[in-house]
Amino acid sequence: MISVAGVTKKFGDYVALDDVSLDVPDGSLTALLGPSGSGKSTLLRIIGGLESPDAGRVEIHGEDATPITPQKRGIGFVFQHYAAFKHMTVRDNVAFGLKVRKRPKDEIRDRVDELLAIVGLAGYQTRYPSQLSGGQRQRMALARALAVEPKVLLLDEPFGALDARVRADLREWLRKLHDEVHVTTLLVTHDQEEAMSIADQIAVMDNSRIEQVGAPRELYDRPATPFVMSFLGPVSQVGEALVRPHDISLTPHAEGDGAREAMVSRVVHLGFEVRVELMLTDGSAVTAQLTRTEADELELSRGDIVWLRTAGSATLPV
Amino acid sequence: MTVDRGWRLGLRTVALAYLALLLLVPVGLVFYRTFEHGVGAVWDSITTPAAIHAFQLTLEVTAIAVPLNTLFGIVMALALARGRFPGKALLDALIDLPFAISPIVIGLSLILVYGVHGWLGGALADAGVQVIFSVPGIVLATVFVSLPFVVREVTPVLREIGDEQEQAAATLGANRWQTFWRITLPAIRWGVAYGVVLSVARAIGEFGAVSVVSGKISGKTETLTLLVEKRYGNFDLAGAYAASALLAVIALGTLLAMTLIKPRREEGET
Amino acid sequence: MSATAVTPRPGRTPAAARPARRSSGALGVGIATLWLSVIVLLPLAAVVVHSLDGGLGAFWDAVSSRQAVAALRFTVLVSLLAAAINVVGGTLIAWVLVRDQFPGKRVLNALIDLPFALPTIVAGLTLLALYGQKSPLGIDVALTQTAVLLALLFVTLPFVIRSVQPVLIELDREMEEAALSLGARNVTIFRRIVLPNLAPAILSGAALAFARAVGEFGSIVLISGNIPFKTQVSSVYVFKLIESDAPTQAAAVSTVLLLVSLLVLLGIRAVGRRWELRHDR
Repeated sequence: MISVAGVTKKFGDYVALDDVSLDVPDGSLTALLGPSGSGKSTLLRIIGGLESPDAGRVEIHGEDATPITPQKRGIGFVFQHYAAFKHMTVRDNVAFGLKVRKRPKDEIRDRVDELLAIVGLAGYQTRYPSQLSGGQRQRMALARALAVEPKVLLLDEPFGALDARVRADLREWLRKLHDEVHVTTLLVTHDQEEAMSIADQIAVMDNSRIEQVGAPRELYDRPATPFVMSFLGPVSQVGEALVRPHDISLTPHAEGDGAREAMVSRVVHLGFEVRVELMLTDGSAVTAQLTRTEADELELSRGDIVWLRTAGSATLPV
Repeated sequence: MTVDRGWRLGLRTVALAYLALLLLVPVGLVFYRTFEHGVGAVWDSITTPAAIHAFQLTLEVTAIAVPLNTLFGIVMALALARGRFPGKALLDALIDLPFAISPIVIGLSLILVYGVHGWLGGALADAGVQVIFSVPGIVLATVFVSLPFVVREVTPVLREIGDEQEQAAATLGANRWQTFWRITLPAIRWGVAYGVVLSVARAIGEFGAVSVVSGKISGKTETLTLLVEKRYGNFDLAGAYAASALLAVIALGTLLAMTLIKPRREEGET
Repeated sequence: MSATAVTPRPGRTPAAARPARRSSGALGVGIATLWLSVIVLLPLAAVVVHSLDGGLGAFWDAVSSRQAVAALRFTVLVSLLAAAINVVGGTLIAWVLVRDQFPGKRVLNALIDLPFALPTIVAGLTLLALYGQKSPLGIDVALTQTAVLLALLFVTLPFVIRSVQPVLIELDREMEEAALSLGARNVTIFRRIVLPNLAPAILSGAALAFARAVGEFGSIVLISGNIPFKTQVSSVYVFKLIESDAPTQAAAVSTVLLLVSLLVLLGIRAVGRRWELRHDR
C-alpha cells in the first residue's frame, strides 16, 4: 500500500500541492484525475521520488520512503513522451534496469524476450525507438519499467501523446495487463473516460487538492463537490441544483410536485441519444438527455411546452 | 540527473579555473599591461599616423567585404533553403571551405591567381590594376575568409519559418521583389544581423591571409592586425599592446552585439 | 560563429521544398555560385594546380622534405592533442554552463565566444603576456611546443562548447529520470544516457577544432618562435616558403594541408548524417 500524508509542494510562489493525503491499496489501479495544473503529476513524481515534498511523508509498504532516492524505491515510471533511450535498441532499452543491477546476461536476455512478448513487441529487439510508432514506444517503455519487477508502477499521462484510437486500444490493453500482472498501479490522466473505464479507484484533484476519492461508480453517482460532478460527466443546472442530463425526465403534462414548465428550444438527434435543449420560465437554459425511444414517445419539436422533473441519485446544490 | 553538491562545486571549479587560465586572465592582463602607464600613452600610441591609417584601412576593407558577403549570403541562403537544384548538397559543403582552410593557404591562393605571375594577375597588371601588395588584395582576402557567415546564419532561419507567408503574399498579388522586401527580409533580419556581426569580427581580425597578400607597407597596406605584429617585431611592446587593446575592445563590442542579437535570431521571426 | 554548421539539427520539418523558382531565382543562384567560384574555388584550384607545376616528382620532394614532414607531424599531433583536451574540457564547461547556476554565468557564457571575435595575432600576444617572458606567474613557456598547444587551446575553445550546448539543452531530461527510476547511479546515467547522446556533437565540435587548429597561424607565430623541427607548424612553414619565393613548394604543402582539413570536414558531415538518420524522429 502507498500512503501519502499531508504532502505540500511549492515551486517558488506557486503551490503545486496543498496538504494532500491519499491511500493507494495494494494491487489496485488508481487514477489521479484532474485538469492541468491540478497537481496530479507533481504528486506522482513525489511518490516516485523524482521530486521531494516540502512537507508531509510518503510511505511505501509501511516504510517511510520520503528520504529514499528514486533508484531505491522499487518503482517503475512511465512518461508521457516515452523517455525512450533513443540511442539504444529496444532490447537494450528494456534491459537497462537489469543491466544496472548486474544480472547475468542469459537472465537478462530471457527476461527481455519474455517482456517484449507480453507487450506485443516480440521480434522488435534490434529496432531503434525512432523506428517505432508512438504506441509501440509506450509499450516498450512499459516493458522497460516492468523489467525490474517494481513494487509500484507510476504512469504519467502515458497515453496523452497518442492518437485517440491508439489511446483507447492501449488503455484497454493496460487494464488487461494489470489484471494479469497485479502490480500496484497509479495512473495520472486528465481524461475522465480513461479513468472511469479502467481504474478501480479514482482520486479527483483540482487546484493542488484532492477533492474526492472513490470507485468510479461512486464518484459519478455521489459526487462530493460540484467540481467532481462536472468533471466526471455532463451536468445541467436546474434551479438551485446540479443534475445529470439523463436524470431529467420530461412529461407532456405537469405530474406530481416539483415539476417545472419548460419550452423546447432545440432537439438534437445523436443516434440513440437525443439531446433536448430547454428553456425554463426563469430564462435559464437546461439540457436534458433522453433515449430515442423516450423522445419518440414524446414527439418533441421546437416550441413545445413540457414539464420537467429530476430523479436519480446525483444531485448537488450549486 | 541531479548532481550532488560536491560534484557540482568540483566541476564548476575546474571549468572556471580552465577558463580563467586560458581566457580571462590573459585578456585581463593585456588590458592591465596596456593601461599600466596611463591612458595618455595609450592614446598617443593609437593615434600615430600609421595607427590611424591602419584603423581606417581596416574599416574600409571591412566596409567593402561585409556588404558584399551579406548580399551573397542572403541570395545563397534563399537558394539553399528554398530551391531545389542539382548539386545543392555540394554547394552547401563548399560554402564551409573558408572555415577549413589555413589563412596562409588563402593568401597563397590569392597570389597564385592575382599576383603578377598569376592566372589573372598578368592581365590585370596590363590594365593597370594591382591586386597583390595593394588594397584590392586585402579586400579579396577579407571577402574570402568572411564568406560563409551570413549564409550559415540565415539558411536555418529560412528553413525554420517556411515559405507559407511568402505563398500568402503571392496569392494577395505581391510580386517577387515585394514579397522579398516586405515578408522575407523582415523575417530574417536578426539572422542577417548576427551573420553580419560575425563577418565584421572576422574581417577586422584577419591576419594570416592579409599577412601574405598585403606586403605590409606601412601607411598603405598595413591593417590594424599587421600593425600589432610590426610593433611587436620592433620591440615596441607598449605600442603592440595599445593596438591590441583597441582590437580587443572592438572584439568585446562584437561579443556584446552577438549576445544581444542571439536570442532574437532564435525566435526566427520578428 | 555557428559551430552547428555541421552538427545535425534536432529534427525540424521544413515546409515542403517548392520547385526551384523560375528564371530570376535561378539567376540569383547563378550569380551567387559565380561569386563563390571566383572568390573561393578559383584561388583554391590555383593552389592545387600550381602544386603540380614541377610535376609529381617535385610535388613529392616538396612534401617529403625533412622540414615539411616535421612541420606536418608536429601540426597534426598538437592539433589532435588540442582537440582531445577540448573534448574533455569543452564538454565539462558546456555541462557547467547548461546545468549549473552561479552569479556571472551569463557573462561567462558570452565570453566563451571571445576567441571567435578576437584577432588571432592579439590572441597570441595575450597568451604571451601571461605565459611568456614577463609572466606574472613566473613561468615562461614561450618558444616551446607547450606554447603552441596553449595558443591552439585558446583559439579552439568555443568549438566543442558551442557544439555541445544546444544538444545538452534539448536533451530529454525524462530519459535521465527514466534511468534514475530504473536504478542507475549518476555516473551510470552520464556514461550510458547523456554521453552517447552528446557524442555526435562532441565529435563534430572536436573535428571543427582540429580543422581550425591545423591551419592556425596568427596566434602561434609570435609565441612559438617558429623553430624548425621543434615548434614550427605547417602554416608557418608554408609562409616561409612563400617568402623565400618558392610558391610551387608552398602550393604543394598547402595542398596536403587542404586535404587533411577537407577529409576531416567531410568526415563530420557523414557521421552527423548517419546519426540523424538512425536516431532522430
